[in-house]
Amino acid sequence: MRWSRREVLSLILGAPLATRLLACDRPSQRETPREIEGRLLGQDHRAGHRLRSSPPGDDIFARAPVQTTEVVIVGGGPAGLAAAYQLRRNGQRGMRLLELEAELGGTSRDHRGPSEALANTRAPHAFPWGAHYITQPLDHNRPLQSLLSDMGVLESDGRAVREQYLVRDPKERLFYRGFFYEGLYPAIGATQEDRRQWQRFGAKMQALARMRDGQGRPAFAIPMRYGSDDPTITELDRISAATWLTKHGFTSERLRFCVDYACRDDYGLTLHDTSAWAMVLYYAARIDPATGRGTQVITWPQGNGALVAFLRTSLAADQVRSHSLVVDVVPKPEGTGVSVHAIDTRSGKPMRVDARCAIVATPAFVTQRIVRPIRERTAGDADRGRQVDYGAWMVANLHLSERPQERGFEQAWDTVLHDSPSLGYVNATHQRGRSFGPTVWTYYLPMTDRDARAGRRRLFEPDYSHFRDAILLDLRRAHRDLPQKLARLDVFRWGHGMIQPRVGTVWSPTRRTTSQPLGPIHFAHTDLSGLALFEEAFEHGVRAANEVTAVLRGSNG
Amino acid sequence: MTDPQNPVGPQEQPGGPAASDATATRSSQAGALPPPRPTAAPAPVTPALLLLTVLVIATAGLVYELLAGAIATSVLGNSLRQYSLTIGVYLFSMGVGSYASKFIDRRLAERFVDVEYAAALIGGTQGLLLFLAYGHAVAFSLLLYVTLFAIGMLVGIEIPLLMRILRSELDFKDLVAKVLTFDYLGALLGSLVFSIVLVEFLMVPLEQIGLLFGLLNCAVGILSTWILRRRIYPALRLRLRIKGTVVAATLLCAMFYSGRLRALGEQELYGDRIIFAQQSAYQRLVVTAGDGRVQLFLDGNLQFSSLDEYRYHEALVHPAMAAARRRSRILVLGGGDGLAVRELLRYPEVETITLVDLDPAVTRLARTLPALRKLNAGALEDPRVELVHDDAMVWLDQARRGPFDVAIVDFPDPNNFALGKLYTRRFYQLLSSALSQEGLAAVQSTSPLLSRESFWCVEASMRAAGLHTAPYHVPIPSFGEWGYVLVGRAPLAPPRSLRQKGLRYLNDGVLPGMFVFPQDMARVDAEVNRLNHQVLVRYYSRELSRIF
Repeated sequence: MRWSRREVLSLILGAPLATRLLACDRPSQRETPREIEGRLLGQDHRAGHRLRSSPPGDDIFARAPVQTTEVVIVGGGPAGLAAAYQLRRNGQRGMRLLELEAELGGTSRDHRGPSEALANTRAPHAFPWGAHYITQPLDHNRPLQSLLSDMGVLESDGRAVREQYLVRDPKERLFYRGFFYEGLYPAIGATQEDRRQWQRFGAKMQALARMRDGQGRPAFAIPMRYGSDDPTITELDRISAATWLTKHGFTSERLRFCVDYACRDDYGLTLHDTSAWAMVLYYAARIDPATGRGTQVITWPQGNGALVAFLRTSLAADQVRSHSLVVDVVPKPEGTGVSVHAIDTRSGKPMRVDARCAIVATPAFVTQRIVRPIRERTAGDADRGRQVDYGAWMVANLHLSERPQERGFEQAWDTVLHDSPSLGYVNATHQRGRSFGPTVWTYYLPMTDRDARAGRRRLFEPDYSHFRDAILLDLRRAHRDLPQKLARLDVFRWGHGMIQPRVGTVWSPTRRTTSQPLGPIHFAHTDLSGLALFEEAFEHGVRAANEVTAVLRGSNG
Repeated sequence: MTDPQNPVGPQEQPGGPAASDATATRSSQAGALPPPRPTAAPAPVTPALLLLTVLVIATAGLVYELLAGAIATSVLGNSLRQYSLTIGVYLFSMGVGSYASKFIDRRLAERFVDVEYAAALIGGTQGLLLFLAYGHAVAFSLLLYVTLFAIGMLVGIEIPLLMRILRSELDFKDLVAKVLTFDYLGALLGSLVFSIVLVEFLMVPLEQIGLLFGLLNCAVGILSTWILRRRIYPALRLRLRIKGTVVAATLLCAMFYSGRLRALGEQELYGDRIIFAQQSAYQRLVVTAGDGRVQLFLDGNLQFSSLDEYRYHEALVHPAMAAARRRSRILVLGGGDGLAVRELLRYPEVETITLVDLDPAVTRLARTLPALRKLNAGALEDPRVELVHDDAMVWLDQARRGPFDVAIVDFPDPNNFALGKLYTRRFYQLLSSALSQEGLAAVQSTSPLLSRESFWCVEASMRAAGLHTAPYHVPIPSFGEWGYVLVGRAPLAPPRSLRQKGLRYLNDGVLPGMFVFPQDMARVDAEVNRLNHQVLVRYYSRELSRIF
């Protein structure tokens, strides 16, 4: 079907904003001196969708070429790579990792190498395609501390983060009514009551950060296994963040803007759909109870791609097989190991990996389809795969030949626009220390629809030019001459970007049992926590690797 | 009060029925005017068109008022006071204008057009005039209120005049209702167009907005000579139109030359004659000359004055060179003007000087502008000097050149985050790793007197980076008491004697005293400036606001 410009932009940006922006959009300004280059990128969802039909029979794989190893890891995102890293630390060298995509990293993927659109040595050589930061781990999170220590991110004391890996000041700025202001909170024009509520909110989150349950565990912690599962705390999961705020008298629009932004940023959901438990976790688990101060944000110019690149070094080149669609994970009879059936997505040829243990590090909706015992258990279950929703995300990289015009507070790491469905953009040269010249901006747009499938449709129906126009329309409010400075714009569509901690999903009974191993099959993925965070993925990868190491050592000894 | 009794050409019809009885009694007074042929009633005009002019006049009037407020705020600060004063003065002067309108008895249409032109001219150029005057606070305020009063008065005259012109066309009831409606509507339109469309959306410079509305105002004036043509002597019509064209041409010229005129204003700001001005990709470069001195300004901040720069640069370079064990490989960060390099080249043992400056325009200026070349003695042409144009911190991090025996660090003061990062603990870690084991660096560190916390914050950040420090200071008339820190990877003692004799300021007598800090500049506790928490930018802006 043919869309009108207004319809498509409304689809992407939402009707009120698109209408408003189109009203002041003059065709003379819309025309750029040259066509902006760029394309649509995305995961190999055609290959992924093959999983919807039942897997090919065992006889095909019985005859297929086979590799034998100790541990096979399915999925090369942060969880699978964390498992490989931990296995290596545990002295385990016999492993193979299978990945569907051409590249490892999952949603922490990045782009490395010079920008061809910006033929300039000062242009950024790396920028993110997905997740772009983690927060400084508190002392309970020793595994992540030692990873960061191995990477040289921490000082020699193993705790403090080296200055250059913390987000450089100024961290955030907000475009509000025509000007940029420092920080995220729209302080200009705030009433006494607004300020009082903002302070009270901070104090409330500090109190929740200090709170302990009956067993002395912190009420909220990241990774969440270090926190409490006491029902008095997890019952927050049953209400929305919006309800929680109202219940506690937080009615200030400015405060709610900030909290809504936080929910969209971390979870891809609005205030009204986010679990109140997850919202509180966002704030409370990032306050150090010892000092009462927020934990610092750690980042790299390429985002979490830096973590992926380091974890990747745990594996030799021949231990990784990309373009491998795993269709079946089959425990062998009598506990003798596991067999993984896969298809090479380029040649279409079947292959098999036999191992003593498997670590399945795939999203929950994939795990349900490829792990045979689970598939058989849930066969015929109409609700299969419906308990959890995945948010659709659009991430765009804008290659700029120089900095566009703007007014107000100077450039920051993260630029947020008030009244925008997007999360704004992150500037790839900020962490490098360059404030002038070419740069790449990474623009994030989560589809925060109440119905996740509607969000996915909004992501896949428009074509490239529609996304380009919508992004320019949104950003030109703050930077009039953006089209003239734009050398290239690429759009990455994440259909199932992140698991969404909707009301009632994080502490649902089904979620809590799924990390238990099934015979030789162990599980690792951030989905097991019900929310998408690098810290959770890493934790599950390390845990699964340690489980496997214990099993292998036990049977050897 | 009299009614408009305007000359009517022979071809024109007497006034319409609505006007006839209201004006009939006053026709005798009109006879006192010098029309070629007095008539019983004023010639008809088109009320709709005139009402439209009310709208335009009101819009322009409000824009002038807002413009004055905005420019006053940008120059004098304190938006609350500037806006209350401009609005108050403006409304009051409108009242004065309204009262004054009663003294205009004759040739109302012609006067109305004249008033339009005057408002167009003063209102249109006010913004530009204010920018020209912004170097002088007193002249600026005077000009602001005089022009504001004049514009207010002219706009105040316009509406009563128009009402009187229209009086013959409409009922009094209708007249007041319509004119005031359009007047207030124009005010709304003016405020919306000014703030949302022009300033925020189109980002038109303020002085251009003024000129734009001046032109609009002038166009209304010229148009009025047609709308009111039956009330203006034919002979005067042409004169009025020519006047209008002159006003419009003046405004157009001003618009065309506003960039250059603003530079004139910049000239005022700098005092001395500007001999060079350029906007580079990074900053605004201005060089002035006069009174036997040459000065360089970057973004309006004085970098040096030729009268006393020798004090600054001798103090920057020679203590480090005196304390250093080896002096063959030198690094200069910032200092693209070549003056520090000039001092370094006095030492024959210097083999290489690597100069890293962000802005190629600065080093180009230092090499090509005769006044600067003379001052730096062509230092940047010396074969020992290698020029690098890059951000100093990124260069230190990526190039990993070195080790250097001596580094001279001369950046602008930390008045924003992009500069503030060049004073962080991380920066000093990188600097330290570029130095040889016995290497030394001298760092420009703001004034310990004017920005005491900032100075000691810089020093604390160096110590946090593991460097040993020896802070010192010298008096520089152009800047005031200025501070530097000598740093080294190994413990260091202040030098006792210089290796270079025959300097203009430094000698062995003053050297030890520079390292002694009097009570009012003595060390204060300050936080460490870090990349992720740039306290220095906050210290510095707080201390700066205390001075100005």
